[in-house]
Amino acid sequence: MKYVGEFRDRAVAAALAERIKQTVQRSWTIMEVCGGQTHAIVRFGLDSLLPKNLELVHGPGCPVCVTSVSLIDQAVCLGSLPGVIFCSFGDMLRVPGSRGDLFGVKAAGGDVRIIYSPLDALDLVRKNPDREVVCFAVGFETTAPAWAMAVAQAKQSGLTNFSLLIAHVLVPPAMEAILSSPKNRIQGFLAAGHVCTVMGYEEYEAIAQKFRVPIVVTGFEPLDVLEGVAMLVSQLEEGRVEVENQYVRSVSREGNREARTIVEEVFEPVSRAWRGIGEIQASGLRLKSAYSAYDAEVKFQRDLSQISVGIEDPECQSGLVLQGLLKPMDCPAFGTRCTPEQPLGAPMVSSEGACAAYYRYRSHVKCET
Amino acid sequence: MNNKPFEPTCSLPISAKNTVQLAHGGGGRLMQELVQNVFVRAFHNPLLESLHDGAIWPVEKGTLAFTTDSYVVRPLFFSGGDIGSLAVNGTINDLAMCGAKPLYLSAGFILEEGLSLEVLKRVVNSMAEAARAAGVPIVTGDTKVVDRGKGDEIFITTSGVGLVPAGVRVLPTLIQPGDAILVSGDLGSHGVAVLSVREGLTFEGDIESDSAPLHHIVADLLDSGIDMHCLRDLTRGGLASVLNELAVAAKVGMTVEESVIPVSEPVRGACELVGLDPLYVANEGRFVAMVPAPQADAALAVMRRHKAASLATHIGVVTDRDPPMVVLRTVVGTHRVLDLLSGEQLPRIC
Repeated sequence: MKYVGEFRDRAVAAALAERIKQTVQRSWTIMEVCGGQTHAIVRFGLDSLLPKNLELVHGPGCPVCVTSVSLIDQAVCLGSLPGVIFCSFGDMLRVPGSRGDLFGVKAAGGDVRIIYSPLDALDLVRKNPDREVVCFAVGFETTAPAWAMAVAQAKQSGLTNFSLLIAHVLVPPAMEAILSSPKNRIQGFLAAGHVCTVMGYEEYEAIAQKFRVPIVVTGFEPLDVLEGVAMLVSQLEEGRVEVENQYVRSVSREGNREARTIVEEVFEPVSRAWRGIGEIQASGLRLKSAYSAYDAEVKFQRDLSQISVGIEDPECQSGLVLQGLLKPMDCPAFGTRCTPEQPLGAPMVSSEGACAAYYRYRSHVKCET
Repeated sequence: MNNKPFEPTCSLPISAKNTVQLAHGGGGRLMQELVQNVFVRAFHNPLLESLHDGAIWPVEKGTLAFTTDSYVVRPLFFSGGDIGSLAVNGTINDLAMCGAKPLYLSAGFILEEGLSLEVLKRVVNSMAEAARAAGVPIVTGDTKVVDRGKGDEIFITTSGVGLVPAGVRVLPTLIQPGDAILVSGDLGSHGVAVLSVREGLTFEGDIESDSAPLHHIVADLLDSGIDMHCLRDLTRGGLASVLNELAVAAKVGMTVEESVIPVSEPVRGACELVGLDPLYVANEGRFVAMVPAPQADAALAVMRRHKAASLATHIGVVTDRDPPMVVLRTVVGTHRVLDLLSGEQLPRIC
């Protein structure tokens, strides 16, 4: 397939793996930030092509995984309200809050719908003028422009039966939080290619210099990931600290100006709680005051104020996994008390979640033949 | 004051109604009309036309196969098929996978009050057409109507009886280490075709469902003397799920080569776009066959003579791995487990 098959070529993959092996002299620990990269690494078995002294750590870049339990509880509350059509991307439906998940709401008669694009939600808004359409706006910088556009269009068209429950998070503050931790082990990053497609990578330059870590903006196909790793280990071995761009076919330094403009018009940064990690300053987005009529937390304040603050399952160690301090398979609950069918935490749910990726594509039994 | 004269008119003749009424399932005249004008007219055959409580026919000595399946697909119509043709082909295929020659089908309908009779006729005519094309008549049936809101337009259950030819045994437990794993064609068209109509997604190129009857291909394979150990159609859960089920049932391992598994470009593109793995997407006209390795090429040649299996491919091998597990050699040359799906990739596709 055009633009896919080319990036899965077996011979090129082997050559890149060889280049990495030749380059790596010392032991390194690097993090792929994005869950899409984790998925590609495990789906294509890319880590089995890497030298033993190069450790890949899976980052917090799965928006489903880092959404806090209290936000899931709010979603469950709103989805259960009569008259509400609650829209979400499919992965969120199975994520457990402290009082069940959205699939449970649907089974109990709530009108919960899976959407594929924020603009699909606007169609529902127009077709159901007597219903309140509430959307679970989840994602990193990648999906923020589409939600911003949906809100701006709703305002322009005078649609009032539409609001967002916003769980949006930003990548650079999370990277800074990981690097600032006294337990940090990460020596270099593969930055998330699609986030940078929107935002560019100027802001990563300051992080690289402040923490003295090399960063390579990397794509999601097997050859992208391998080339990103090759570029990153070259920097590490040579002692360079730069922001390099592997994903040149999609990413420019300044990003997508139009997308950034609409995000800045509609959203502003806000402190956000990350599941398993905790509160990170200016790591989330909320609607600016001019658009607060579309904020579900404002619109349904009375309903939401009646739910108690949810807590995470104490057995779930997803916080350690999301910070790269624990491999999914080393969690005592992995594959036993925590499976994709009965997840304790979100990383076991999403296809981009590190735990689910390991569960699905790995087994406790070695599969090399 | 109301000046309208009092006119106690009779309601419209019942047969003029153009939607399904609760009375269509009530056993009275309306139901008789529905049975005669819609079902018998479309499916007509001597066994059905006796309108007895069941179909009656003499049996030969031998072995029978019997199967049943329910169809709840939404939308009812999609590119390359509809719930009617699906309900006929699906049950024929289940019989074929037992090595049986399909003889007769039954059809049970659960209709939602308010369903357009035009829609019902389209579905029934499509079933009749599929049954005629396959040479497998629908000889008995049933209709129930449920209150509006208690169903979703039409649910269909078809059952089928088939005759297993003397000496034929096609069972998962016959799978042997060393067997070749053959797949009859490109994967994922049905699931993606349904998804695209359902969700209003438009993909490059028209993706048509692969829905097709497979019994002629199986009969040809049997006639050609291929010693088929096991056959299984690749419906819900797709290739990956079926291989896992068979590996467990036969207590064997399987290794398949990702790069040779046929997937059309439009399906591959659509799957990439919406985040699906074509190996888990449903098919309605594809199957896997486990055959002794020396007969693999001969089996492929027979399969490729049929349009529905023109892309038949040898994709892997049965191993003696213990515990049973399906291993995928990925396009980049690494190995990973090809596991069962957790939850559903797509809701209601068959």
